[in-house]
Amino acid sequence: MARRIRALAVPMGLVLLICLSFGIPKPAGRVAAAASGQITGTVKLDGVAPKAKVIDMSKEPSCAKVHASTPATMENVVVGPAGGLANVVIYLSEGYTGSDAVATQPARLEQKGCQYVPHVIAVDVGQKLTITNDDQTSHNIHPMPKAGGNQEWNKSQLGGSAPIEVSYNAPEVAVPVKCNVHPWMHAYIAVVKGPYAVTDDSGAFKLDYVPPGTYTLTAWQETYGTQTAKVAVALGKPATVDFTFKAK
Amino acid sequence: MTGKIFAILVAIITTISAYCVIAHVWWMPVDISVHGPKIDSQLEETVLVAGTLFIAGQLVLAAFVFLYGGSRAKPMQIPGGAKPLVLFAFLLVGAEVMALSFIGSKAWGAVYFTAPDPNSLHIDVQAGQFAYYFRYAGPDGKFGALHPELINEGTQNYFGLDPEHDPDARDDIVTAQLAIPVNKPILLTLHSKDVGHSFYVRELRVQQDFVPGLNLPIHFTATQTGRFEIVCTQLCGLGHYNMKAYLSVLSQADYDEWLKKQAAMQ
Amino acid sequence: MAAISARAAVHHLPPQGFIRKYVFSVDHKVIGIQYTTLSLVAAFVGMALSWAMRIHLAWPEARIPLLSLLSPNGMPGGVMTPEYYLSLMTMHGTIMAFFVLTAAPMAGYGNFMLPIQVGAADMAFPRLNMASFWVTFVGFVLACATFIIPDGPPLSGWTAYPPLSAVGPAAGPGQGWGQNLWGLSIALFCVASLLGALNFIVTTLELRTKGMTLSRLPISAWAWFINAWVSLLAFAVLLPTCLLLVLDRLGGTSFFIPAGLVFNDQLQAHAGGSPLLFQHLFWFFGHPEVYIIILPAFGIISHILPTFICKPLVGGWKVVTFAMIAVGTLSFVVWGHHMFVSGMSPFMAMVFSVPTLFITIPSVIAVLIWVFSLYRSNMRFQTPLLFSLGFISLFITGGIGGFFLAQPSTDSYLHATTFVVGHFHFTMGLSAIFATFAGFYYWFPKMFGRMLNEKLGKLHFWLSFVGVYSVFMTMHLTGFAGAVRRYSAFVDDFMVPLIPTNRFISVAALLLGATQFIFLFNAIWSRFKGPKAPDNPWGATTLEWATGSPPPFDNFGGRQVTVYHGPMEYDGEARVMQTSPEASVAGT
Repeated sequence: MARRIRALAVPMGLVLLICLSFGIPKPAGRVAAAASGQITGTVKLDGVAPKAKVIDMSKEPSCAKVHASTPATMENVVVGPAGGLANVVIYLSEGYTGSDAVATQPARLEQKGCQYVPHVIAVDVGQKLTITNDDQTSHNIHPMPKAGGNQEWNKSQLGGSAPIEVSYNAPEVAVPVKCNVHPWMHAYIAVVKGPYAVTDDSGAFKLDYVPPGTYTLTAWQETYGTQTAKVAVALGKPATVDFTFKAK
Repeated sequence: MTGKIFAILVAIITTISAYCVIAHVWWMPVDISVHGPKIDSQLEETVLVAGTLFIAGQLVLAAFVFLYGGSRAKPMQIPGGAKPLVLFAFLLVGAEVMALSFIGSKAWGAVYFTAPDPNSLHIDVQAGQFAYYFRYAGPDGKFGALHPELINEGTQNYFGLDPEHDPDARDDIVTAQLAIPVNKPILLTLHSKDVGHSFYVRELRVQQDFVPGLNLPIHFTATQTGRFEIVCTQLCGLGHYNMKAYLSVLSQADYDEWLKKQAAMQ
Repeated sequence: MAAISARAAVHHLPPQGFIRKYVFSVDHKVIGIQYTTLSLVAAFVGMALSWAMRIHLAWPEARIPLLSLLSPNGMPGGVMTPEYYLSLMTMHGTIMAFFVLTAAPMAGYGNFMLPIQVGAADMAFPRLNMASFWVTFVGFVLACATFIIPDGPPLSGWTAYPPLSAVGPAAGPGQGWGQNLWGLSIALFCVASLLGALNFIVTTLELRTKGMTLSRLPISAWAWFINAWVSLLAFAVLLPTCLLLVLDRLGGTSFFIPAGLVFNDQLQAHAGGSPLLFQHLFWFFGHPEVYIIILPAFGIISHILPTFICKPLVGGWKVVTFAMIAVGTLSFVVWGHHMFVSGMSPFMAMVFSVPTLFITIPSVIAVLIWVFSLYRSNMRFQTPLLFSLGFISLFITGGIGGFFLAQPSTDSYLHATTFVVGHFHFTMGLSAIFATFAGFYYWFPKMFGRMLNEKLGKLHFWLSFVGVYSVFMTMHLTGFAGAVRRYSAFVDDFMVPLIPTNRFISVAALLLGATQFIFLFNAIWSRFKGPKAPDNPWGATTLEWATGSPPPFDNFGGRQVTVYHGPMEYDGEARVMQTSPEASVAGT
């Protein structure tokens, strides 16, 4: 009997090795799915949201046309039907020691109908951000970072022309972006290290690939500022954190 | 031969140019302002005076080149020499100049030397890279104070108003389009948020620069309803070509309704 | 007088070595050629910029690969951005106005010809003259350098109005270091012009040879002399203006920037300045500047016409010269006509409008003199005469446009439209250029000892004449429709129907530009391969034609010339040189 087990050792070892190899970290540095944790939660607004003012785009007829039936509105406070607060950036502000770049897909900031889509975008340090202009009109993109290491630039992008690609070197929450030609256009680029999420109007978020440990989780919203929470993440047990911002 | 070709070429160019101007091939759009007819008639006067001098000058040049181009007769000066020419310049041109100046001053005066009607609708206009924003005083008839340090385009506080602490600012109505009632005297005060801009509406026959640091008034009365363009004519940066706003001249009823809608959207 | 001339005649020995002869030369003839060459290079640079501009206006999606090599930021994927268009426009105006139009007819031909025309061996201050050229050269290098720095050239126009030009990069792309280099480049140009003006004035007053009374000065010499006075006063104002602008940008001052300006939601830390102050200072220079550009043209045309119409100008030297003095003087009291809608007092608008209209009178006198001198003349249609006649036609057209802009009421509609662009291109642009061409074809044999090709010259004239009217008369017309200038693209609504007309202008402009290569080829070929020129190929009477082609290093071979007549001794076939003791034929 022992001899049979020993005879199986090599092939079994091989099988085990093969099984384990599926969990070996990929070259991009992503934490092994099996070894990572998760943080989920919701962000809500307590109180009445300020009125989302209509944006009059009449000075740009090609964009005004796009919003003829549904006028565009301001996006500095976007609240869903269930009170979920959108465009909140969730990230690990303290305690994260994993690789800076978790996301491997380039992030995409679009200019559509003379608005930035999405209004708030998060990227990792060093992650490529692709900016496109899908409008007829020319825009000029002007991100205004403050952190040393993040370069301020101001470039025209003609309608339908080649995308602009940038990346940022230093964490900064968040870099305001404006278009000088269309003063109502406003966006934020949050540059963080590690996993991140940006809520939609359900207010829900999910951070994947969080290595087990204790962290400070920060939620940032452009009008209401930041809130933090301490969170402990363990394997196999998703942590849940909820944030509530108070309407002014 | 060369001389004749030159002369004919000049004559052709003169004819085509004069035709294009007289026939209004490219011309001003219809005038919709009370003071406009004075400017238009001044322009027509000038076309007449300047056009006559243009045609005369070019054709006399052409005629002399045509006639004397190949001549080898003994050269002669014109009878009287330079004196009649100098006299002509002083008298005829001088007279035209005086006429244009004095009649023209009436057209200019109609815009700038008459005080605005005390019942004017007063609208505040701000130009900034690269859009115009307009402000109506609201029911209290008072404009709130402007605080440049509070300007925040991201939250659409274009004028830097402080409604929290300034009661006059609370009912100010900020719009991206200029709407005015027809046949009502309008007073605009122009100020700039950043660099030099200009306010130009061809149909209104109005053009006035915005000068940073100054609050410049212009006044006019529109005589026809319609939708017109306000374009920037002072180089202000890369977006200069695309800096515009629409002017709507509405009936009083339509204007009141528009203003109510705008107030609700503040 | 004789003692001064004698001193001037031997004040320098023939230069030795390549550097002393052709590079750092104190010889006014070499300096004149250096200026003329610089202007020629600048003209082609300025034209190339205008071709790029016109291509973009007509076909906004067009790719221009050469430019995108120069500026990948300004031309992503080879397509021009709005800011780069404005940068090209700014440098087009700057390079053309200063380094071509102000330089060539005055510093180029004037330096070469003035000492010879007055009978001197050189300018009064040859070393200062050399310094003027090299300072201008450095200014030009700085202007060109704006194209290769990362921030690119400034985009505030050649007029550089603050606050756009004064607050720095906060005002947007195109307002980085390029604007500083621009300010320094123009400041250097001012210094060079001031030094040059000094030379022209002293030379004309002090170095005239025996018998060269002021009444016998060629009209070109009068023009350069009057122009030098205008330059002294005008450039003396532009120089500090440029420096104040650079100080506002780099030194934290606020000469031209008021308080309360907000860019990108940030309040600027400036206070107390006035943008209108800059406009007054700039145009106090700027209006005389256009006369600084055109007065030498008046002089060149007045100088050339008698030779080719075989009779003196009506009224002799006096009428045209007093017209030029009147124009030069009045040019200092009209600057506000650039500012009718600027926010300046509307009362001042009337105050400026009156002299602006009155300055027409001496200009009309000059035009009448030239036109009526053609009456009963014997015209010889060589290229210099063709360009002179072309000049007269262009100047009439340009001047007529002035009537519309000189009145505040009509200007309130036409200001900042393409009508203005057409107007100034006719007056200070193409008339001056046609006069410069006339001077080039006329004086080339004297300067280089070879003849230019007549056939190519005539072809150059006909094509250019038609081209100029096609491009710039059409701009007057679109201006009546209210077409706004300095727009990098035509978007909704009222500019869109003007796009086909603009395409026509662009095509005509590119053809006009292509025509200039005929001239360039002619100039370069003839410089080396043209038939040798005699001393006096045109049978003219002024002093430059009484010496070799090209003249010896000290202009007259060491001899002192004596002048017996005025400059316009022409009567049909008969002519008497100024240096000839023969009896007068023209009674002047």
